[in-house]
Amino acid sequence: MIDKRVGSTREAVADIFDGATVMIGGFGEAGSPIELIHALIDQGAKGLTVVSNNTGTGLVGLAALLRAERVSKVICSFPKTAGSTVFPDLYRAGKIELELVPQGTLAERIRAGGAGIVAFYTPTAVGTPLAEGKESRMFNNREHVLEYGIRADFTLIKGCKSDTHGNVLYHRTARNFAPMMATAATVTIVQAADVVEAGALDPEAIVTPGIFVDRVVHVPSPALESALNEAGASYP
Amino acid sequence: MTSAPSNGWTRDGIAKRLAQDIPNGSYVNLGIGIPELVASHVPEGRTFIYHTENGLLGMGPSPAAGESDPELINAGKRRVTMMPGAAFFDQATSFAMIRGGHLDLSVLGALQVAANGDLANWSTGADDAIPAVGGAMDLVAGVKRVFVMTTHVTKEGEPKLVQRCTYPLTGRGVVTRIYSDLAVIDVTERGFALVELAPGIAFDFVQERTGAPIITNHARK
Repeated sequence: MIDKRVGSTREAVADIFDGATVMIGGFGEAGSPIELIHALIDQGAKGLTVVSNNTGTGLVGLAALLRAERVSKVICSFPKTAGSTVFPDLYRAGKIELELVPQGTLAERIRAGGAGIVAFYTPTAVGTPLAEGKESRMFNNREHVLEYGIRADFTLIKGCKSDTHGNVLYHRTARNFAPMMATAATVTIVQAADVVEAGALDPEAIVTPGIFVDRVVHVPSPALESALNEAGASYP
Repeated sequence: MTSAPSNGWTRDGIAKRLAQDIPNGSYVNLGIGIPELVASHVPEGRTFIYHTENGLLGMGPSPAAGESDPELINAGKRRVTMMPGAAFFDQATSFAMIRGGHLDLSVLGALQVAANGDLANWSTGADDAIPAVGGAMDLVAGVKRVFVMTTHVTKEGEPKLVQRCTYPLTGRGVVTRIYSDLAVIDVTERGFALVELAPGIAFDFVQERTGAPIITNHARK
């Protein structure tokens, strides 16, 4: 019998080690696995490389992980958000490295990493500072740059529903990077508001098949960054 | 320079003029900021399907008070709604739509547009700036037509339409057409070409505020 459930967010992230590469789902607050991130802050791993589209807002979730100085590098497309000062302050102080990647290239690099594609050529960013120093090649009379797949040690994502086999459904635009990130890590950890027995989800509707998921933790009422920020919350 | 114009297009006026050039049934990505106004000026009888690159096709307007969903947002992270026939998808699929040439039109803001179609719209290159690019480079690399919607000059009065961009590029030779408060201008193999002047605006007034020559006799397709 397969049962990927673990009892707590603490247990789910217990083996994340210093220096690990961690993919974290979310586009802004939509899909951000706040409870898993908070558990990672409690756990204490440091020197992390984080792959995520943004860098969080306020003093909770991803921003709190950065503020705790657990992250040495972010691979990211848009590390600034209105009202977000944690990343800009660290970056200006030289305390964090940034690898800036166009959003679609970031998505495809993660997809490629998970799909066993080591690298690919894309027309995105040709002629811009983000293509400098990268190999390029002409295809169909157009210049393309070589981009490498990304893999991670761990992925943290948020689903709305999961089952004991690790199949995952998402809520609306909270899906964003999670389906690719689930494929690209050695250990993929899902927090889901609803966790059911295998067989209870419609197989036609499953977005992330369970083969990509290692651990499922039930977080019944996940917090939202905006609500926490409005309440003036900070973590820890 | 000639004196300030008595009229010209407002931001909504630019949006209304631009919307006239979008065919019925187009799949359109509206950039954050001023391009979002286009959605309020869809001509009678036309339907556009809006793509937002964070993973929704069939995006609708802002939600009514009390009906918003924090996980139903647009690329600017503002809460939105969905139209009948909407679809959600992941980021790889979303950028397959963009990079794969499936979208009909991208409307973007600009810091600078050059006469050769180069676009700079993500960074001024300032030392203390936090670099952030999002999906702009993918959009200009992949979408069939790229319209720029912008004020003709900066707040300081500097031309945004220039001979060569001095800010870091978003893409090379990617802009199709520019809609400003003063004029509609095509990017052609001969440089900027006038399509239309805004109401009450003289050509010389536009040329004086443009950093490269504008040709007026370009035969349009």
